[in-house]
Order: sequence, then structure tokens, then C-alpha cells
Amino acid sequence: MALLEIDGVTKHYGTLEVLSNLSLSVDEHEVICLIGPSGCGKSTLLRCINRLEEISLGEIRIHGDRITGPGVDLDRLRRDIGIVFQGYNLFPHMTVLQNTTLAPLKVLGMKRREAEDRAMAFLERIGLAHKAGDYPDRLSGGQQQRVAIVRALMMDPMLLLLDEITSALDPELVAEVLDIVRDLAARGMTMMLATHEMGFAREVANRICFLQAGKIYEQGPPAEIFGNPKGERTQAFLRSLKKAGRL
Amino acid sequence: MAAPDHLMASEEDGRAAAWRARAVTRTHRGRAALTLALAVLTFVAVAVSVQHIGSFAVSQGIASIAVVVLGAVAALAAAMVLVIAARAFLKSLASARSADVYAARALGAEASMAAWQALSWCGALLIVTAGAWFMVVNDAAVSRTFFDLALIRDSASKVLWAFGTNIVIFAVSAVLIVIWSLLVAVARTLPGDAGRPLRFLAIAYGDLFRGLPAIITIYLIGFGLPLTNLPVLSDLSSTAYAIIALTLTYGAYTSEVYRAGIEGVHHSQVAAARSLGLSHFKTMRYVVVPLAVRNIIPPLMNNCISLQKDTALVAIIGTIDAFNQSKIIAANNFNLSAVTTVAILFIVVTIPQARFVDRLVERDRRRIRAGG
Repeated sequence: MALLEIDGVTKHYGTLEVLSNLSLSVDEHEVICLIGPSGCGKSTLLRCINRLEEISLGEIRIHGDRITGPGVDLDRLRRDIGIVFQGYNLFPHMTVLQNTTLAPLKVLGMKRREAEDRAMAFLERIGLAHKAGDYPDRLSGGQQQRVAIVRALMMDPMLLLLDEITSALDPELVAEVLDIVRDLAARGMTMMLATHEMGFAREVANRICFLQAGKIYEQGPPAEIFGNPKGERTQAFLRSLKKAGRL
Repeated sequence: MAAPDHLMASEEDGRAAAWRARAVTRTHRGRAALTLALAVLTFVAVAVSVQHIGSFAVSQGIASIAVVVLGAVAALAAAMVLVIAARAFLKSLASARSADVYAARALGAEASMAAWQALSWCGALLIVTAGAWFMVVNDAAVSRTFFDLALIRDSASKVLWAFGTNIVIFAVSAVLIVIWSLLVAVARTLPGDAGRPLRFLAIAYGDLFRGLPAIITIYLIGFGLPLTNLPVLSDLSSTAYAIIALTLTYGAYTSEVYRAGIEGVHHSQVAAARSLGLSHFKTMRYVVVPLAVRNIIPPLMNNCISLQKDTALVAIIGTIDAFNQSKIIAANNFNLSAVTTVAILFIVVTIPQARFVDRLVERDRRRIRAGG
């Protein structure tokens, strides 16, 4: 059974339809990259999966269990689905260590010692252990985003959503963030990425989904989508990226 | 058709020279001369006033050393203004004489700056002198009424003791207000349908007590509750009623400050916290409120200063605070100097806080300018 099933999901804000009868299924250990022009619904789709946004029609299931509709324990759901945002959204009044241990301490009820050991181990792995006592404003964008990833990983999520996590970064800081994602993929973390880093998507994804006007217009393995796209829109999108030197 | 070269050049020179001359000398010299005249007048006025008011003060039994020092300071200030004005005038003359246009311009600018400086000092000195005259005219009626030093000295300990009541009222209500208004603000920002009843109640409370003048709230509670014969509530001291009334009034204002702070926290912070599985209340407790408090410390401090001053309102229900005590003394002596003591006490307590708030605001502004 698939880890995540998105079944005929439609989402509209007023009369504007952002997702339009979209279906997608994600298996465990899969890495899915969502690509497509701005406004095609990538971010909205991710935000619907952990229910930061409510869908209008259709349903979403995790391990066959419906997570949309009334009566779902959102706090419980969000423990299992991590999300990392484009703007990092670290808590500015907490140190790196406090940022990463807040949820384990207050949501999971983990012992402080255990939470801090775990956080330090993660920070060690990404080379930021020496920043544990610093506040976010002392960190570069790349460092902040790496801490934000650790903050999500501390909850041991079964699915990680990455919402254009390198879009706000200076170009030279992108690599250090992508390294972590590559490492997570190698360790078998199930991930969905909305991204504009085509080279990275091609390298790390098991499957590329090209979104167009709130629908999955075309999907397939990276080699196929980038090498031999079938759809006219996909071809046009990739052509425009090539022209801009982004592919 | 172009004019011959030499003609154009001489025309240009003529216009430029005229412009320079006008720009450099005339305004500066005029301003400096006017300033010098005003400075002479000011000096004369200050000197005459010092002589007159000083001898009057000595005849009223004020220590002559204090009078001499104050008089000397005033006279010295006036003399200094005279010197500045004179130098400004001399510089403007030198500027007019100078053959070097740039040197003239620099001298003129200096003369002008000094003249402005002297002018503003003249204004300040004349205002202070007028104030001094206001105190002594009509056989020193004003000073006697408000600043009877003997009475201030004699009543100071009583007034100071009563000021302790103001401080108690302030301290207890401040603590209660911080807690109470946070509860109201949290109720005011409850989400969804389930939060609506409490949200409306919080809005109603805020509207009611921000609309009611504090003095009326104090009056109603201070005189009303004792009449209700309710257990506990009807037997409290007037200080306790004052605390209840001020907490209700200021709780309404302060909860609005909190709410502004809570709503000012960026929604991405809430999204991040909720995405980690934190509930609404845990998100409020660990993320939103701590961030909100940081942003609202200056307005909270302003409310705090305002609360301190409004502790004087409790005099209306008979609490013997500093104001009430001083009113009793004023009535007995037919003189308001004891009330002046209270005024001075309030000013002394609040001014450092006002400066502190200014510094906090300035620091915040710098931080925002620095980009977070």
C-alpha cells in the first residue's frame, strides 16, 4: 500500500482554482519532485498534505487512512509529516538547540537530556554543532535552512515535505542545503519537494511530476521527463528553463 | 545670433559677482546685527530681573548664597549670549570685507550659525526670565501659593508616607494587569466557532472599560461594592477597591496592546509551530506570546507610566494616598504647596521611565533599520 494517496483533490480560493482534481500516490522511500511554473499549485499541494490548507474536494490518505475531512487529530498528523519552508521560519527568540528541541520536549514529551543529545547528533551530522547556542539571526540563510531541516527531522517524520527550500538562498549557499537532502534520500526518507533546482531534481528524484494549472500534467522518471518529455507544455517549460540557463 | 565672447564673459562675471555678494554678505550681516541688538536687550532684561528678583528673594528670607549663585548663572548665560552675538556680527563684517569669495562665504556661514544660536538662547532666557517674574509679581503670590518652602519641608514626610500607598496600589495592580490582560488578549484571539463566545465577551469587556472614564470606574467600585453586602467583596479596604478598579480599566487597555502584539507575530511562525505538532495553546505559549511581548514592551511601559499617574485618581473614594493627604494639608494651611510636593514626586518617578521607553523605542527603530 502506498504511504500517501492524493485522490481527486481540488482546492479553490474563492473562484480561483489552485488544485484541480489532482491525484498522486507516493510509496515509502520515494523521492518525488514537483516542478512547474509559478502558481501551478506545488506549494499549495504540499500545504494541503499537512493540512495547513484545507482542500475543497477529494481526499488524502496516509497508509490508507483518510486524513482530510473533520475529526482528524491535526497535531497528531503533523508529528508524522514534517515540512520545511522556503523562508526557514526558525523561531527568532530561541537558540538553534531550543528551536530543534521545542517540539520533541513539548509535543512528544521527550526527556530534555535525550532531546538535546538527539539534536546535537543531528547538528553534528550537518556540521553546525558549534552553532547550537546561537540565535537564528547569527546564522546565514543556508545554515538557518539546515537547522530548519533538523527541526523537522527531530520529530522522526514518515514523510518530509520540502517547499522550495533553496529559493530564498544566495546561490553559493544552495549546495550545503541540497547535500542534506541528498543524504536523506540515500537514507531512505520519503520526501516530496517543490523545487526549481532542475539539476538536483534530476539527480535525487525517483519521480518528477510536472504540475500545470493545478493538475499533474506529466510524470515519470527524471530521465524521461528531462530527456524525452511527451507533453507539449512540459517541453515548453523545459525549453524556457534552458533559455534562462537554468537547465 | 551669439554675442561676442568678451561681452558674454563680462556679463557673466557681473551677474556672478552680484549673486555672490548678495548670497554672502547681506543676509548674514542683517541677521547678525538684529541678533546683536536682541542679545543686548536680553542682557539688560536679565540683569535688571536678577537684581530685582534677587533682592526680593533675599528680603523674603531665602539664603543669599543660593540667590547669588542663581543670579550669577543667569547673568553669565546672558553675557555668553552677548559674546556669541557680538562675534557673529564681527564675523559678518569680516565676511563683507573679505576679497576671497570662498573665505567670505565660510565666514558668513559661521556668522549665520552663531547668530541662530544666540537667537535661540535669547528666546530661552527671556522665557525663563518671564517665568521668574511670574513667580514674584503681586508680592510673590504664585510662589507663596505653590512653592511655600517651609510648608513643603514640614509636610514632606507625611506626603511621602502617603505616596507609599500610591506605590502599593501601582505595584499590585501592575502585576494583576499583566496577568489579567494577557488572559483577555488570549480569549480575544481564540480561533474558530468554539472560541466565539469568549471572544465576544473579551471584546465587550474591552469596549466597556476603555469607554468608561477611570475615575467613574473607581467611584462606582469604591462606593458601590461596599453597599452590596456581598461577603468579602463589600468589606475590602478602599486601597483594594482602587486596585480592582484600576486593574479592570488598565486590563482593557493593556489587553489591546497584547492583542496588537499577538496579531503582529508573522503567520509563518504560527505555521512553523503548528507544523511541528504544537497545539494552538502550546503555539501561543512557546512561540506567539514570547515574540509578541518583545514587540510591545514600549507600549506596555507607556501604560505602566500612565497607571502610576492614575493612582492619584483613587483620592475620589477617600483612600489616603499622597494626593489626598496633600489635599488635607492644603485645606488646613490654605496653601497648595503640599500638592506641589506630590506633583514633584510623580514627575521624579515617571521621568526616568519615560526616558527608558524612549531608549527602547530608539533601539527598536535602529534594529528595524538594520534589517531585523
